[in-house]
Amino acid sequence: MKKLIYVLVAVVALAVAFVGWRMTMSPPDDLDLARSKPTQAGTFVVAVGPESEPLLQGPLHSWIVTVTTPAGAPVDDATISVDGGMPQHGHGLPTAPAVTAALGEGRYRIEGVRFNMGGWWELKLAIAAGGASDAVTFNLVM
Amino acid sequence: MRPSRLTTSLAALAAVLLSAACKPSSVTEEEARIVASLSLSALPPLPADPSNRVADDPAAAALGQALFFDHDLSADGAVSCASCHQPTRRFQDGIARAIGVGEADRRTMPLEGVAWSPWQFWDGRADSLWAQALGPWENPVEHGGNRVALVRRVASAYRAEYESVFGPLPDLSGLPENAGPFGSETERAAWAALSNEERTRVDRIFADMGKAIAAFERRIVPVETRFDRFADALAAGRRPEGETALSDLEIEGLKLFVGKAACVDCHNGPRLTDDHFHNTGVPAVPGLPEDRGRATAVARVLADPFNCLGAFSDAAPGQCGEIRFMVKEGEELERAYKTPSLRGVAGRAPYMHSGQIATLEVVVDHYSRAPEAPSGHTELEPFVLTDRGRMALVAFLRTLEPAGEEAGAAALAGRAPSGS
Ligand code: HEC
Ligand code: HEC
Ligand SMILES: [Cu+2]
Repeated sequence: MKKLIYVLVAVVALAVAFVGWRMTMSPPDDLDLARSKPTQAGTFVVAVGPESEPLLQGPLHSWIVTVTTPAGAPVDDATISVDGGMPQHGHGLPTAPAVTAALGEGRYRIEGVRFNMGGWWELKLAIAAGGASDAVTFNLVM
Repeated sequence: MRPSRLTTSLAALAAVLLSAACKPSSVTEEEARIVASLSLSALPPLPADPSNRVADDPAAAALGQALFFDHDLSADGAVSCASCHQPTRRFQDGIARAIGVGEADRRTMPLEGVAWSPWQFWDGRADSLWAQALGPWENPVEHGGNRVALVRRVASAYRAEYESVFGPLPDLSGLPENAGPFGSETERAAWAALSNEERTRVDRIFADMGKAIAAFERRIVPVETRFDRFADALAAGRRPEGETALSDLEIEGLKLFVGKAACVDCHNGPRLTDDHFHNTGVPAVPGLPEDRGRATAVARVLADPFNCLGAFSDAAPGQCGEIRFMVKEGEELERAYKTPSLRGVAGRAPYMHSGQIATLEVVVDHYSRAPEAPSGHTELEPFVLTDRGRMALVAFLRTLEPAGEEAGAAALAGRAPSGS
């Protein structure tokens, strides 16, 4: 009987610990926050940054994406699609951002980005150019 | 029988965790950062509305105020916007489902700080305040009006005020007394019989009525609460004392709100809303028509001739970011509703989009249980809530009430928007 009580307490403890962990989950310590990196298969090198600083939680804003070859040559004919979300919350982006302008020299503007919560966000870009396609994921912490 | 070492230590862990959840400790640096982001002092200036060229015109606001309180803009002469959005009750009515000419399916929303919100209605089916205002006038259960009768009322009662803001009032002679796209069968037939040019003439005045209302609503700004005084003292590095102090229980609730209970995921920023749509598993009301929230609103806002991209908008398409980049499909839209601001929440039971939940205590229980949604999937995760934790969260929500001389006079219209 007593043992049962201990087991029940233990279950509650685990539940509390788990839920507490789930809710107050902070981003992993070793999260790669680089704003410039090669795509998964190394086809392109991509750099991203908000068009204007500071990057605020809430308002719609734009990002500038720069795509080059690994050798550093700008890629100007890329088709880029944007996806993402919050891996720890299991939801996607609150908006559907899209590339609205190719600015030349491998630069593109993505409009309609919003981060409506604090925490770890992923911004995923799928890039196709010159018959090759590749993808890259950037991490951000709001 | 002796318990194993593991169960003993787990029991000890449980004790520690439970007591940690019960005992207030000082606010951590991370908590202080979030608290500052929730303060009214962090409220950004009122966002411009490029789709409404008179948004900040005082004469338009004065006309809008008159229209807001005008009962003659209703089918039975008894309903104005203020019948449901009562200025003495934070511009809501304290009942589960609004009553106008008939009974609505949803709860009246408070209007404090509404102009900071990019989307209007529980499901966001309007993308501006002026487009929103056009809904209730023609809604059969709200004002029950019809478009031609509504603009005729402006021509007879507000001609001078209208013309000083918008220029000469287009000629209405030759139009029927009653006609509109949503009214009775005869009104709809009369509307269909008008020429395109006549319909556009009426629509333009109708849109202007909404723009005047919006100019007025932009002045309904949030007021300082007990929580804001606490947050500002904390941010200034002062120890919150006297009238800036919160009780231990209130602070405990605040820590749950920004911590374990994760309320701040959605109720964030100085209005305590992320202005987005979420499925939080709120039960459907038996007997009401199916309500899919955002899932059906998307098509409606796209089809709305009064949206930001439409002919009556004053914005260039490039300025209509919200509608251009909104999420148009997917599971996440199902039964998703706009996160309400929690400012003044304790004074406006019942809660949720159709008044499903009667008290704040039951709201908090809903979150800790995180029930399955009637359709789609709830975004909530259950969490363990002690009786004390429930009391603490509710106590914290009650600190979002006006402080000092503001008490009782919350969010009265006519205040200048903050920052100007
Ligand atoms: C019969 C009561 C009633 C009347 C009259 C009424 N409303 Fe409302 N109001 C509501 C209800 C109910 C909702 C939520 C409706 C929904 O989501 O479908 C609402 C929502 C709103 C919102 C959206 C707020 C937000 O945060 O999204 C605004 C703004 C608003 N009303 C303004 C007005 C104006 C302006 C008028 C007069 C032209 C008006 N209302 C007339 C009941 C009413
Ligand atoms: C996933 C986002 C999300 C989280 C997390 C969340 N809320 Fe909400 N909250 C909402 C939405 C959306 C509604 C409106 C739901 C509806 O009407 O269907 C709401 C409604 C409410 C209301 C009713 C307000 C009104 O005017 O009707 C209260 C009170 C509230 N939430 C408090 C809390 C508290 C306390 C917590 C933490 C325990 C919390 N919320 C966590 C999104 C969230
Ligand atoms: Cu999230």
